[in-house]
Amino acid sequence: MPKSRPLPRGVAIVGAGMSKFGAFPDKNGRDLFVEAYKDMRRSVDKEFDPSAIESFYLGNFSSDLFEHQGHTAPLLADAVGLTPIPAARVENACASGATALRQGIMAIASGMYDVVLVGGAEKMTNLPTADVTDTLATAADVPFEIAAGFTFPGFYAAISTAYMAKYGMTPEHLMNVAIKNHDNGALNPNAQFGVTIQKWMEGRIVSAIKKGKPAPTWENIWDFLHDDRANPMIAWPLRLFDCSPITDGASAVLLVSEERAKEFSDHPIHIIGSGQASDVALHDRADLTSLSAAKLASSQAYEMAGVTANDIRIAEVHDCFTIAEVVASEDIGFFAPGDGFKAAEDGVTARGGAKPINTSGGLKSKGHPVGASGVAQAVEIWKQMRGEGGARQVPGDVPLALTHNVGATGSTCVVHIYERRD
Amino acid sequence: MTDTTTIRPFTAASFDQYLAEEKLMASRCMDCGALHLPPRAICPECYSENLEWTETSGKGKLVGFTVVVIVPTFMAEQGFGRNNPYVSGIVELDEGVKISARIIDVDVTKPEEIKIGTPLTVEFVSFGEGDNAKTYLAFKA
Repeated sequence: MPKSRPLPRGVAIVGAGMSKFGAFPDKNGRDLFVEAYKDMRRSVDKEFDPSAIESFYLGNFSSDLFEHQGHTAPLLADAVGLTPIPAARVENACASGATALRQGIMAIASGMYDVVLVGGAEKMTNLPTADVTDTLATAADVPFEIAAGFTFPGFYAAISTAYMAKYGMTPEHLMNVAIKNHDNGALNPNAQFGVTIQKWMEGRIVSAIKKGKPAPTWENIWDFLHDDRANPMIAWPLRLFDCSPITDGASAVLLVSEERAKEFSDHPIHIIGSGQASDVALHDRADLTSLSAAKLASSQAYEMAGVTANDIRIAEVHDCFTIAEVVASEDIGFFAPGDGFKAAEDGVTARGGAKPINTSGGLKSKGHPVGASGVAQAVEIWKQMRGEGGARQVPGDVPLALTHNVGATGSTCVVHIYERRD
Repeated sequence: MTDTTTIRPFTAASFDQYLAEEKLMASRCMDCGALHLPPRAICPECYSENLEWTETSGKGKLVGFTVVVIVPTFMAEQGFGRNNPYVSGIVELDEGVKISARIIDVDVTKPEEIKIGTPLTVEFVSFGEGDNAKTYLAFKA
């Protein structure tokens, strides 16, 4: 079992930015990364000379299949003028971003570099949906899991059925997660679907009337979410609104050694815990209702940081599907096993609740450009901890926060803990 | 006659070849006795490289499942789709090991009536002809 040793040298975030997330036919992954980098650059409080950057780590899942472009890291470094610094791409499926962040942290903690750029980028919408599904499927154990007909919604649907049988949850409970994340995403100008489900439903009614079609008669959003035409089944019991979308987007953070943080930032955000673990294929696990790699990565990060789940004010977790947020909220220790869906129902994870989760809108509403998501989680934490969350800012101080990024069904999980000290 | 089953490598190709022969085969560690399905070439319990093929009972129970409505390309090629969904599941065999498989002979129109814990028996489903023929692992209720 890996030991959790303290970082030999402290690491801080001094800049964080992202592109808008969405579907952009005229932008490739490189263009989106340039946008994220520029946004990051503007977020650095003090004069910042990019020539100070010594190394670059990129989270990217599959530019090869999505864009027919490999060898992505030096290309993106070049696009922002950073050659000849070393650049490396990290691939861990949907956890590529947080894995890249961890490489950056280790590069600084080791003493090798003082200033490191970490990015994430994914351009997914070039392909038709069926090809995107097939590309995402390569993150699973292809000969054994995919041959059984599983898709990614299918895997998380199977987790849902096991969870429902064990804890008495219903598919309706999962809708609370989607409603809450759309409420948050509606306040995030970078979100792909920055609209509440209420507004979405009203938009559908207006559009039907404009087209001269009979106006749908949904009484409320629950009615809307139960309508097979408005919210079609993808993989029972998961419907369209249980699934994160196909997204183009990029994200970037600037990491520096703790002792140099004030050269760059008035309010640096320190990374005080990092954990990462791997796991077997979903079918090989003793229990389908929890990701053991997420629990292990969390315990490593908590131990390194010297804090507990009770101390964490907010978290960004990997809600690729609504059930994934429920499970994540338990795996990171916010709630006991079987209590996660009740916490979502009771509003505990809403912005005004005791344990806000996914204030950004999460993958569900903000969008999920696979390799960019893990780094974009850190971008939201940076904003919230510095009080720059705008309309979606949580009340009160955020002295400690956590991110949880998952690859596939939890074959990779990466957890980071962040601290604001001033 | 030589028993070729003992010398097949512990690969996905061997597993598929056994499926084509209508056998669901696992690998067993000859040092610690742990059973592995899908088969493994190295035992993760004791790190032994000393394994043997063993045929499973083919009997088990359902531990998780889904009805796939939006189907992947290769399943669409087999005639499945929005109007003809199918069930994928995770099956725990009586021996305690688990595997992903198609679940057949269940009512895809009533997923809420498919119960976790349902007893299942192995089936082998073939698709394609000639060099493209492939046998898929399935279980039926």
